[in-house]
Amino acid sequence: MFDLYGYQDIFLKGAWLTLQVALLSLILAVALGLLAALAKLSHSKILTSIATIYTTVIRGIPDLILMLIIFFGGQVLINNMSYGFNEWINEVLTGYYPNHEWTSYLPDYIDISPYLAGIITIGFIFGAYMAETFRGAILSVSKGQLEAATAYGMNKYKRFFRIMFPQMMRHALPGLGNNWLVLLKTTALVSIIGLQDMVKIAGDASGSTQKPFTFYLVVALVFLFYTSVSTAFLKWAEHKYSIRTR
Amino acid sequence: MTIPTISIRNLHKSFADNEVLKGIDLEAHQGDVISILGASGSGKSTLLRCVNLLETPTSGHILINGELIKMKDDKKHGPMPVSIKQVERIRSRLAMVFQGFNLWSHLSVIENVIEAPIHVLGVPRKEAIVKAEALLERVGLFNRKDYYPGQLSGGQKQRVAIARALAVEPEVMLFDEPTSALDPELVGDVLSVMRDLAEEGRTMLVVTHEMAFARDVSSKVIFLHEGLVEEEGKPELIFENPTSERFKKFISTVY
Repeated sequence: MFDLYGYQDIFLKGAWLTLQVALLSLILAVALGLLAALAKLSHSKILTSIATIYTTVIRGIPDLILMLIIFFGGQVLINNMSYGFNEWINEVLTGYYPNHEWTSYLPDYIDISPYLAGIITIGFIFGAYMAETFRGAILSVSKGQLEAATAYGMNKYKRFFRIMFPQMMRHALPGLGNNWLVLLKTTALVSIIGLQDMVKIAGDASGSTQKPFTFYLVVALVFLFYTSVSTAFLKWAEHKYSIRTR
Repeated sequence: MTIPTISIRNLHKSFADNEVLKGIDLEAHQGDVISILGASGSGKSTLLRCVNLLETPTSGHILINGELIKMKDDKKHGPMPVSIKQVERIRSRLAMVFQGFNLWSHLSVIENVIEAPIHVLGVPRKEAIVKAEALLERVGLFNRKDYYPGQLSGGQKQRVAIARALAVEPEVMLFDEPTSALDPELVGDVLSVMRDLAEEGRTMLVVTHEMAFARDVSSKVIFLHEGLVEEEGKPELIFENPTSERFKKFISTVY
């Protein structure tokens, strides 16, 4: 169908990497989103403020800028912290043992892999969007549902996992699905921090073959394939849950 | 003297500055069917919801089978139970039927009935199902066991809710206006199930507006007015010879 000039295998790897980054980010985003939603709805002022700052800041800054800040800024931050720790511990030790020789207890330079940075950044960004989706979903479960669970002696974990979670998920599914599609497409940004995903490979390949249209068209088609499969799955899932809806 | 199944002493409950219950005493022995009457705002639902601590009393004592629910006065949160474990254990022996049914909408009828026995009381699944099917048969809804609550009428939902309550073999059944949300033609089915339960000697606390049920079925009637017991006694006595003017007026307007 498409002649990829010998880039087929590496391109396939990139496509798989894109999917991995997306799925792992999704797991992180769902977990963070749930926690932030519960924090926002909790009675604790501190938790509510932390969650509100998180969602406000993250949703107010472009994804691209956030990714650059977390990747480069995070790198600097971690290395400074690591270096600072080494300084401090050596100073303390020299105070006790004047003959102590300067040693790096933590590595002086920690390299964050673009893979991990990408997943953390995207998970972190979409956690903020998920939080709003989950918050709405939790609020749409009627109070009586949990009250009945309480009245029958369920503890708070059973109330959440057996009653709240399955009921909120059907309210959350449309929003969750929407966030997933946007998240999937946002993975294209990890190419700028050097991850060998399919967007980066397409860029490299079109540079050397002078066929940008071919390569970017294939990238577009792979994304379209991923999103179409997702949409079909979401439609099925929503239908499955809506049968029980009232 | 046997130990009362429920004993409530000097119960007070306030919401912010609004004192809803102003010192209620109530005792229920095994087999008692107590109807709690009163105008809206008299505190009757709040009283019922204090029994299983869906509302936390401001002060007073609640004993279930002689076991005191231990309360403390927390500096930050106000009055609260000492042990949430104790409260959960006691709740699991009291079953509640709500005005708005509150069937779990993501579970089918049979799943609603087996949920608490399996996940709270630890009854083996097979055993719970056998029992649930018998209970659904009893309330006339065995053929609806795989339906979801959204597919049932109000009267059917409330009968499922009663089956769910019976499934935990409760020591006391708490009914919070069980027929108030039903269309008039559906009230009869629910009341007849409740009548059967009363006749087989279940201990029941029923907040209701159904005068006929209170008069004919209950062993005792309590009439609340502005957070206090205004009139109480055997229904045949107090319906014939009410001592309180307010109760007299109440029954004449409701009839």
